[in-house]
Amino acid sequence: MSLYAYSLLSIVGINIMLAVSLNLITGFCGQVSLGHGAFFGAGAYAAALCAVAGMPVPVALLAGLFVAGLLGLLVGFASVRLREDFLAVTTIGVGFLLVGFVRKQSWLGAEMGISKIPASGLGPDGNAVMILLFALATIAFSLYLKRSWMGFAFRAVADDEQAARTLAIPASTYKLVAFAIGTAIAGLAGGLYTYFTQFIVPDSFGFILSVTLMAMVVIGGTGSTWGVVVGTIILTLLPEAFRFINEYRLLIFGGLLVLVMRFAPGGLAGIVTSATRRLRRA
Amino acid sequence: MTDTLEVQNIAIAFGGVQALTDVSFTVKKGELVGLIGPNGAGKTTLLKIIAGVLAPDSGQILLGGKDVTSLPTAARVRKGLAVTHQIVRPFRSMTVLDNTALAAGHRFTSNPLTALFHKARKSEDTHARTTLSRVGLGGLEQSDVNALPLGMLKRLEVARALAVEPDLIILDEPLAGLNHREAEQQVDTIAALNAGGVTTVLIEHNLREVLRVCQRLLVLDGGRIIADGDPTTVMANRAVREAYIGKADDHVAA
Repeated sequence: MSLYAYSLLSIVGINIMLAVSLNLITGFCGQVSLGHGAFFGAGAYAAALCAVAGMPVPVALLAGLFVAGLLGLLVGFASVRLREDFLAVTTIGVGFLLVGFVRKQSWLGAEMGISKIPASGLGPDGNAVMILLFALATIAFSLYLKRSWMGFAFRAVADDEQAARTLAIPASTYKLVAFAIGTAIAGLAGGLYTYFTQFIVPDSFGFILSVTLMAMVVIGGTGSTWGVVVGTIILTLLPEAFRFINEYRLLIFGGLLVLVMRFAPGGLAGIVTSATRRLRRA
Repeated sequence: MTDTLEVQNIAIAFGGVQALTDVSFTVKKGELVGLIGPNGAGKTTLLKIIAGVLAPDSGQILLGGKDVTSLPTAARVRKGLAVTHQIVRPFRSMTVLDNTALAAGHRFTSNPLTALFHKARKSEDTHARTTLSRVGLGGLEQSDVNALPLGMLKRLEVARALAVEPDLIILDEPLAGLNHREAEQQVDTIAALNAGGVTTVLIEHNLREVLRVCQRLLVLDGGRIIADGDPTTVMANRAVREAYIGKADDHVAA
């Protein structure tokens, strides 16, 4: 396989981790987050600092996971107090805040970012395999989570927090847990991204990325792991396959987002489900 | 023996309005108590304080002898309290069975860590099926809650509350919006559950049905308990009659 193929596979794998983890927060637990890119960035920077300091790969990856997860927990506290629409706006703010902060920090490389990050030592093929394994693990975890009692409780919290509380479900704790798990996985993806590019700049983790991730979740089907995976693969590869799409990427993603919200709020997964139901009935 | 529920000197004000003043009463194990009062008497506010949705300005709530005044709702439910909602609040993305099974799985869901490491639902599904048939929802397990009429959703509220295996269940207007026959059936169900050992507080406007089954009446008016006792004595009470039909003078004036 060519270097280009490995790099495509790596990007797909990283995007799957990001979209599936955002789906844990937004799809499973009903907490709209438009700042997921920032946690990805926090993980990438934490891992980059560790790597530059000469620490081994697993330590750097774990650092990415923990830093992003802790930050997510902190932002999660906002979700305990805020109504859905206010939370969406707050997470946008957090995203801008983090990028703005990093831009002015010389110890984080400011606008120039962090370069000359040591390689993982696995080579481009090894990196791609490592990323895909983590992506598969994320998918497996998401599928398990949905079927576990935690996934069941998440659904209740997403449906009606107050009703969930009257059934002994501590809704606020669940929202914090969703944020912590989802952002920790995004941080891990950030660490993998650091070793993949070996060069990070603050602008890679901004609002555009966060909205793109939300588009992957919504177009794939909010709450459906497989739907989100398929949506992510399509939205990641489409601009690569057709150059003209890349130029109008935001326009097309935005348009798709509007169409899905208007005509198929269940996304691709919803379309497939209703189609199979109709076939079975026929 | 300790009381199932003790409400001690509860008071709360919203802005300048004193919604509840020095409200105290106890509910003993096995009782079926009707809590009545005109609109705006403070019944729902009192329920919210007992459930932990609102914090009182002063006073204590005790469940099974333990002070729960500072505990959040979910923790009180773990201590044996169940409440139903006046406006039905089913989980809209779930079937009737899942709504009830989720409640039956409260031992898993009350702690996120336990919830994460458990998946099997068989015994909770079975428990949910039994509960659903007890409230008259047998056969509707796989129904979509969005397709159910209000009468069924009112029963689902009761089923969910029962599924958490409470010592005490407080029903907030379980008959509101039901027709004559549905109300009668619902009250029969509630009385049967109480006979089965569930201590019950029934907050209701439908006096006819309350008087039919309750052994004791509490009357709340203007944020105070104005009567507490057996239904016949309470309904003969002058203050209660005035609260419901207005003072004799008002009628003269009108």
